[in-house]
Amino acid sequence: MAILKVLVIDDEPGIRSGVTRILKDFHVTYPFMDEDYTFELMEAPTGEDGIAVIERDKPDVILLDNKLPGIQGVEVLEYIREKKYDIMVAMITSYASLDIAIKATRDGATDFIPKPFTPQELKSSIENITKQLYLKRITRRLTEEGKQIRYQFLSVLSHELKAPLNALEGYLRMMQGKEAGDRIDDYANHIDRSLQRIQGMRNLIMDLLDFTKIRLEKKEGRMREVNLADVASGAIFAVRPYAIQREVTINLNVRSETKIMADPADMEIIFNNLVSNAVKYNKVGGKVDVTLDTTDSEAVITVSDTGIGIKKSDTENLFTEFVRIKNEKTRDISGSGLGLSIVRKIAELYFGTIEVESTPDVGSTFTVRLPRKSGNQET
Amino acid sequence: MKKSDFTILVADDDPDYLFQTVFNLKKAGYKTVAVESQAEAEAVIAKFRPDLAIFDLMMESDDSGFILCYKIRKKYPDVPVILATAVSRETGMSFSIDSEKEKSWIRADRYLEKGIRPEQLDQEIMKLLKL
Repeated sequence: MAILKVLVIDDEPGIRSGVTRILKDFHVTYPFMDEDYTFELMEAPTGEDGIAVIERDKPDVILLDNKLPGIQGVEVLEYIREKKYDIMVAMITSYASLDIAIKATRDGATDFIPKPFTPQELKSSIENITKQLYLKRITRRLTEEGKQIRYQFLSVLSHELKAPLNALEGYLRMMQGKEAGDRIDDYANHIDRSLQRIQGMRNLIMDLLDFTKIRLEKKEGRMREVNLADVASGAIFAVRPYAIQREVTINLNVRSETKIMADPADMEIIFNNLVSNAVKYNKVGGKVDVTLDTTDSEAVITVSDTGIGIKKSDTENLFTEFVRIKNEKTRDISGSGLGLSIVRKIAELYFGTIEVESTPDVGSTFTVRLPRKSGNQET
Repeated sequence: MKKSDFTILVADDDPDYLFQTVFNLKKAGYKTVAVESQAEAEAVIAKFRPDLAIFDLMMESDDSGFILCYKIRKKYPDVPVILATAVSRETGMSFSIDSEKEKSWIRADRYLEKGIRPEQLDQEIMKLLKL
């Protein structure tokens, strides 16, 4: 059982005692919370008194009337914001002053409760605030511990790893029980799908290895001058069998000699991912252009395809782990959802950037820019 | 009432899992409507009242299943809902819905770990449909 301190700042004694009465036995629960939250109530009739209580008791939540005898509610809000206190504030206001409430939400209030309110309205507001407070604190704690990303990553990873196993298990059980017939041919599709899921899982594991590699930094020994044209040729060579199968032609255009200081393995990962994606998401008979160029300060790698393209709204999360664009056109294409996030991570490691320009059904162009003088990657 | 009088809505973005679930349900005798996304499931719910729904938790978003539970409960309060997912303990989230309080939040009647056997699933469905 956790207790949240709630301070009611209102000049009307009826409101203060009403809130206290309603919240006295109220508690909030949430599936992710370890324990229920209950409330300890404190009251202040003016903003000045309120500030004294804030300094003394550090409440978690404040229900704040705006119209007060001395300083106004918004000034109390301002005070809390200046002191950077971790307090959730809900404005209590009459309907007539809703505009103040809305302004207050912009200035840092979490919520507003129009009065008169019913006990149920107050409770649902408090429930809301409690959840937000809880999520805010848990997020901050996880971030502080540097765990948040890992936590999300692991939960999604476990999902991604279990899904193909479940699919395989299901198909095997169907065969075991001869659910679809007595002949092996009755299961041709099941077997095909099982093999595809195994391939998907293998890709995921390979990508995962790449992913862990880029996190284990100690690059001093491995940095050397890398000719990107060589790396690009290698990546094109590796993907060629697949490209031939899909009748996709790949061109390499080296506009200027492009050498940078890097770990060659990192550069291979960038090219392998971009070039294989360009083939994978292309249309049969399509084209891929890999272009290398340099400016004074940067190496510019461009990989364009004539494939299915990506909607503008989907490009935002494209470089996030495990994000795969799901639609009719991608449903039969397997991928781990890690490739582009790995490319982005590597690019950032070299103080570079990656971006995408795309038109659905026309094609996509991925551009990676890497600074040429990048002697300080080990940060 | 017999099983073929009941239509079950199944939403899952894993095509194989969807195929297998629908296959098993049909074999058990139910009618089924299969959809591959939260959006499609919402479109179905808007027009049609299934007798029972089985939702995957993670589809377009991590909580697609919860959102669907909520929406179907709002429109058809008496349609039983089963939430199925591959993720449970590993996430650190324990979604067991034994207590009344949690139930009101998640709004599913059963929480099932993926990989349960077809007979088990059928048992749960029969209980929910009072067969």
